[in-house]
Amino acid sequence: MKKMRVRLKIWRQESPQVKGHFEEYSLNDILTDMSFLEMLDVLNETLTKEGKRPVEFESDCREGICGTCSLMVSGQAHGPVLGATTCQLYMRTFDDNELISIEPWRAKAFPVIRDLVTDRRALDRIIAAGGYVSVKAGPHADANAMLVPKDLSDRAMDAAACIGCGACVAACPNASASLFTSAKITQLALLPQGQPERKRRAINMVAQMDKELFGSCSNLGECEAACPKRISIQNIAIMKQEYMKAALAADFRAGMGSADGGA
Amino acid sequence: MVPLKRLFTSTLGRKYLMGATGFALVLFIVLHLLGNLTLYSHNGDAINAYAAKLDMLGVGKIILEIGLVITILIHIVTAIQVTFTSKNARPIPYESLKSKGGPTKSTLGSRNMIITGLVLMVFLIVHIVQFRFGPEIEDGYTATVNGVMVHDLYRVVAETFMQLKWVVFYVGCMCFLGVHFRHGFWSMFQSLGMINPRWSKPIYALGFILAVLLSVGFLFIPIYIYATQGGAA
Repeated sequence: MKKMRVRLKIWRQESPQVKGHFEEYSLNDILTDMSFLEMLDVLNETLTKEGKRPVEFESDCREGICGTCSLMVSGQAHGPVLGATTCQLYMRTFDDNELISIEPWRAKAFPVIRDLVTDRRALDRIIAAGGYVSVKAGPHADANAMLVPKDLSDRAMDAAACIGCGACVAACPNASASLFTSAKITQLALLPQGQPERKRRAINMVAQMDKELFGSCSNLGECEAACPKRISIQNIAIMKQEYMKAALAADFRAGMGSADGGA
Repeated sequence: MVPLKRLFTSTLGRKYLMGATGFALVLFIVLHLLGNLTLYSHNGDAINAYAAKLDMLGVGKIILEIGLVITILIHIVTAIQVTFTSKNARPIPYESLKSKGGPTKSTLGSRNMIITGLVLMVFLIVHIVQFRFGPEIEDGYTATVNGVMVHDLYRVVAETFMQLKWVVFYVGCMCFLGVHFRHGFWSMFQSLGMINPRWSKPIYALGFILAVLLSVGFLFIPIYIYATQGGAA
């Protein structure tokens, strides 16, 4: 198997309050078929053996479906490969002895917890503000009682592919969460189940997005390029429509929190 | 109904304002260029007759001008607010931030709309002082069109563009207009949600074509006047 050398420049930060800095490391004998995160595992094993504190980073499924891994790899969210998460990035993508910089997602809404780990709960709070469908539990509904046209269900599924990793925010020069928020608003606006809460959802999710101090969308499309699930900025245009329609609707009362009726 | 204040102060609302005022400004500069094409005629009669017709609108012209100034001010003030919101959203910058390519519309121009916009703001102030509040009939700038004495706007324009420094300034600023328009046109549709996958690419392409047509249409005016009359000065 082919081996390579790697030079790393990694952001180290003890805690949210302390100022961080870059530290450089070099590794020999990295297998080209290792994933990027496996390379970091090797680094951490080395650091641990040397009695140093390992580099903290997040990962879970390591197959690109959970949205846990992050990392700004040499200035690109999830590294240079389009439509892939950091865990799906392989060392063969890089040159031998290439200097790779690794930074955490940077946004006011994503404070660094330690090293490369950031607090992304702001995204959860946006979902909690309306990115759901309230269901009255009862007997199981008949499978085909609610018909959804195939084209709409396809578009809804494309939007639902969001894994909530936050790469859109990380890659956006304005640290805007528009792609994330719009994906959920669009997904539910396209489906019959999403209709009762449609207006309230658009208003409340956008309000929460602003409250978390994310930036404003400049229509640069960097988020779409960075998105491991290739979610289109077309969803952002749909969010703009949904928010405008909801904001202008005469029957909408702001700040309604109850789950049923109203909107 | 959501209070209008909340609608227009949200991050989305501000982009509606940017898009709507941008749309008005697109209409204006297209009309402005069409009017200015009269400057390409061999003498000043065409532009002077056109300006005289606009003057005949009387109060209507003043109202349109004030409307235009308000539109521009909303566009500028909102742009500055949007910029600050976005700067605050990332207090610690990346050491390196690179475009990932692919579907991105991130270019030097699109990332720096505030810079090109501020340059255009300075340009506008200079431009309005020079031509809107330039020498008037009372200063002896008169011409005769169809037997009627009118303001010789052509002379004001021609005297400016006989000077190389103003030719360079105007040509430079019109390049900035082209860059600003290139992202702004497409962005306007996206910000107002007036786009769908089928129209996205044609609108983005149309933005490029219009940007080139407008900036070239404007920037050749000073070059043309300098080339045909500059030697006489």
